[in-house]
Amino acid sequence: MNKYLLSLFKNKSGIDLLIISLIIFVIFPLSMDIFRLNLVGKYLTFAFTSVGLVMLWGYGGILSLGQGIFFGIGGYCMAMFLKLEASDSVSTAHQTTPGIPDFMDWNQLTELPTFWMPFHSLTFTLFAIVGIPIIVAYIIGISMFKRRVSGVYFSIITQAIAAIVTILVVGQQGFTGGINGITDLKTLHGWNINTDSAKYILYYINGGLLILTVLVCKYVASTKLGRLLLAIRDKEDRVRFSGYDVANFKVFAFALSAVISSIGGAMFTLQVGFMSPSIIGIVPSIEMVIFAAIGGRMSLIGAIYGALLVNYGKTAFSESFPTLWLFFMGAMFIGVVMFFPEGLSGLYVSYAPKLKSWFEKKFIKDKSLTNSSVKRAG
Amino acid sequence: MAQILLAIEGLTVSFDGFKAVDDLNLYIEEKELRVIIGPNGAGKTTVLDLICGKTKATSGSIKFKDSELTKLPEYKLVQLGVGRKFQTPSIYENLTVFENLEISYPKGRNVFGALRFKRDDVVLNKIHEIADMIFLTELLEIQSGLLSHGQKQWLEIGMLLIQDPELLMLDEPVAGMSVVEREKTAELLNKIAKGRSLIVIEHDMEFVKQIAHRVSVLHQGKLLAEGSMESVQANPKVIEVYLGH
Repeated sequence: MNKYLLSLFKNKSGIDLLIISLIIFVIFPLSMDIFRLNLVGKYLTFAFTSVGLVMLWGYGGILSLGQGIFFGIGGYCMAMFLKLEASDSVSTAHQTTPGIPDFMDWNQLTELPTFWMPFHSLTFTLFAIVGIPIIVAYIIGISMFKRRVSGVYFSIITQAIAAIVTILVVGQQGFTGGINGITDLKTLHGWNINTDSAKYILYYINGGLLILTVLVCKYVASTKLGRLLLAIRDKEDRVRFSGYDVANFKVFAFALSAVISSIGGAMFTLQVGFMSPSIIGIVPSIEMVIFAAIGGRMSLIGAIYGALLVNYGKTAFSESFPTLWLFFMGAMFIGVVMFFPEGLSGLYVSYAPKLKSWFEKKFIKDKSLTNSSVKRAG
Repeated sequence: MAQILLAIEGLTVSFDGFKAVDDLNLYIEEKELRVIIGPNGAGKTTVLDLICGKTKATSGSIKFKDSELTKLPEYKLVQLGVGRKFQTPSIYENLTVFENLEISYPKGRNVFGALRFKRDDVVLNKIHEIADMIFLTELLEIQSGLLSHGQKQWLEIGMLLIQDPELLMLDEPVAGMSVVEREKTAELLNKIAKGRSLIVIEHDMEFVKQIAHRVSVLHQGKLLAEGSMESVQANPKVIEVYLGH
């Protein structure tokens, strides 16, 4: 692993990683107020999902249209913990049943449901954020990949699961907060998350986790497993007839992308201060795919730029033309698929060297000009 | 008499009532190079699909050493020592020749094994040894999609050789090859047949003569004739349905 880190900083991808780190850790915090920075922090939580999709879709060739489920698992786990902390018996004294979350009280629940109990513990919550998406992805993955469900069928089924989960969350208002989600979150282990300083700290934790995630993914991609994923994408049968149980590798990629999305979801809840079904359903799940597609589905760092740009566009555009945004995004997706299948990173790879040589030519020409003019003057 | 490595008995597969392979019996001995010939639609490729588990048999048995192959998943079959080359070259075009061979190397075959897999000297030596055999030493770092058709065929053979299978099945290995490539391939097959059994499907009779120990002729999913190349070529039934007058 150490050798791997060293090698990273000798080649170009190390530089790309350094640039994005600079942008996240230095340029954004210096150039924005905390409101805008918090917004960027929110965009970056979506970048987790698109990084996960690069591994799953770009490398493994498996398109999941249900990554919102996993984003939601992380987000809801964190929100449940925060909500329980915000619902102590003092601040909920006016309720019929003090000590339970407010929405449960409105829904005539008189005691905390059993599955909420463990979320009193922060340790459990953190384990759940990592563990539950792995378990869910494992169950979905094994039941589909072992039966050789793949391609568009897998996409449709994951999309259906996203729809089912959303309907379930909305329908079970007493247990989940329904369509409003879980709101009014205050403290994390006694630490107020709504202050400016907390927002700065959370922004940096979020950025740090994101870069760490990219490093882990880069490592996985550099191992034999990464090459196997590419091989499965290209010639699944050849891999199977080379002695590999292909389904297990797909399950691994799916579970990896699930954990990454879940961490993003947890950071979303912490930074934005609520979690609701509108962030986990079909449309957000497709948006997550679009971030990855626009960033370039083979580029882990491109996925971050994709998430940042599209979300920025969404905010800027939907403020003035709220109804047009969906059409615009659809057009963008079609455009990328038709004309730039490698996304932004593909454009960067093919045009950056040309741009560089153009600059060099101009620069060297200017230099030779000045040299000759100096000579003439001399 | 030599040991039987693969015993196929009463093998039948039907697709919607059409029997592509019909009550077939076939025995392959250890270190034998068997060529299967027959007209189009005779069921040659289907037989290989059945042996390697790509198609499931309707009835009958395929015994490899002591294992019944019809009940095993594909990857377990491969781990037992059955290798299969497909008719169209089936390689990972986006990876280099080296990486193609490396992925086929029989180590790190589960998820966590693959994460821990290291390119140690044993692996490197084996890859270079195989690359040498399949005439691709100079091209190890080339993206395999850029290879010529014949070189792709060799690469796929190499990917199987690196797994050191006891039974290797090749579906039309010289299809689309130049004359020189054909000769080199014949030489390669004769070399690799020394350590293992081979089943080869081929149409090119000149090529078959160069390599075959014994020939089986399939016709409409059934075994029509079996024996040396000369005896098969002289068989009136074979001339009738396949070789022509």
